[in-house]
Amino acid sequence: MRAYTPKDDVQKKPYYTDRYWVAPQVAKSDVSEDAVFAADLEMLKGYFDVLDAYIQKDQMVVVIHAKDNFGVIELLKNVCDYNQLSELSAIDWLATEGKFEIFYQMLSMSKRKRLRIKCKISEKESIQSVEKLFRSADWSEREMYDMFGIVINNHPYMRRILMPDDWEGFPLRKTYPLQGDEFAQWYEVDKIFGKEAREIIGPEIRDSARVDRYDTERFARLGHEVPRGADISQGEPDTPLVYQEAEGVFMIEKFDAEKSVVISDRDR
Amino acid sequence: MAQHQVNYLKDGGLPVALTTIDKVVNWGRSNSLWALTYGLACCGIEMMASGASRYDFDRFGTIFRASPRQAELMVVAGTLTKKHAEFIRRLYDQMTEPKWVISMGSCANTGGMFNTYATVQGVDRVIPVDLYLPGCAPRPETLQYAVMLLQQKIRRESASRAQKPKRLM
Repeated sequence: MRAYTPKDDVQKKPYYTDRYWVAPQVAKSDVSEDAVFAADLEMLKGYFDVLDAYIQKDQMVVVIHAKDNFGVIELLKNVCDYNQLSELSAIDWLATEGKFEIFYQMLSMSKRKRLRIKCKISEKESIQSVEKLFRSADWSEREMYDMFGIVINNHPYMRRILMPDDWEGFPLRKTYPLQGDEFAQWYEVDKIFGKEAREIIGPEIRDSARVDRYDTERFARLGHEVPRGADISQGEPDTPLVYQEAEGVFMIEKFDAEKSVVISDRDR
Repeated sequence: MAQHQVNYLKDGGLPVALTTIDKVVNWGRSNSLWALTYGLACCGIEMMASGASRYDFDRFGTIFRASPRQAELMVVAGTLTKKHAEFIRRLYDQMTEPKWVISMGSCANTGGMFNTYATVQGVDRVIPVDLYLPGCAPRPETLQYAVMLLQQKIRRESASRAQKPKRLM
C-alpha cells in the first residue's frame, strides 16, 4: 500500500511549485578522467582549435569550428580509428543564439568508444560535406538540408529527401508551425486542382474530433441514416443496419444463422 | 415417342430467370469488385488480412489487382501524405468508370492523429469517397462489412445509363 501523505494543502501546492518539469542537465566531467579520450583529444589539439571538450555519459563531446569539420572527422577516422559515423543532424538554436548546432556522432569499434563532434553555424552559412569520408552522411546531410535548410557544400546530390522537391519552408525549424504554413495547408489542392479550387474545396478541418450532430452533409449516425442533407433537428427515424435488402438479392442467398452448421468436432 | 413438353413459363421448368437489365448489370458489378491494392500504412495490413485465406475476400468477388486499369474499387488504407496526394489522384483518374472509393481508417477519413503539416486531412480533399470506414485500424470484418454496404449501394444505382462520373468540383 502506498504511504499516506497529507492532502490538506493539495489546492495550494501549484502556487508554490514549478508547474513545468525542468530537465536536469547531464553532468559533465573532465576529459582527463578517461585515458583513451584524453589521448584522442591531444591528437586533435595538435592540428585543430578545440573550443570545448568534456565527457558526458561516457561519451566525449568536442566542440570545434565549423570550417574544420571535414579535417577533424578525417583525422578521427584515419588516425584515431573512429570508423563509424552513426548519426549526423542539427539542432535549431536560431531563436536564442541565431545559430544551428550541427553534431556528428561517431563510434570506434576497436576502442569501444563513442564520440560527438559539435559545431555551430549561422543561418546563412553552409558547411562542408563529409560524404567522401562516410557514405552514411549522404542521406543524413540531405535530411539536414530538407528539414533545416542548411546548405551542404560538395555534396554529390543536394536535394530534398523526405519532403517533395517543390516544398517551401523547412519543417524542423522551431519557427515552422506544426500544422503547416499557408503553403503546406493548401499544398495538395494547389498542386492537383490549382489555386482557383481553394474556395470550392475549403480549408482543412484540423479538429479531427469535431462532430456536428445535425450536419447530415458530412456525418451520419449508425442505425439512424437519413438521406444526405436532410433536416434532422426534429429527430431521425431508426434504420436498422442490414447488408442486404429485405426482399433479398438476385441470385444471392442470404446467410441464415439458424440453418448453418457449426463444426464442433475439429478432428473429424 | 418421348415427351419433351416443357412448360417454359413454369418456375423451375428450365433455368430461365426473368429480371431487369439493371439488376443483372448491378449483380455483376457488385459481385466482381476488383480492388486496387492501396496499402499506405498499418491499415494495409488489415486489408491484406481481409484478402487472405482466413477472411477470404474472393468469396465476395473482391480480388486485389495491382493495376488501376483493372480495378474499380480503391480501398485507401492508411495515411495519405501530401507528397503522395498527386499520385493517388493520378491513379484514381486511371481507373475506369464506374469506380468506387472506400476510405479505410481514421487517417484516410480525417488525417486521424497526424494533425501535422505533411498529412492530407482526409482523402476526400483529393478524391471523391463513397464510404468512410472508421477505426484505427479497422478489423477485416469491418472492411468486409464496408464492402457489403458498398455492394448494396451499387445495387441501388441505375445501371441502364452511363453512370454520372463523380467529381469533387
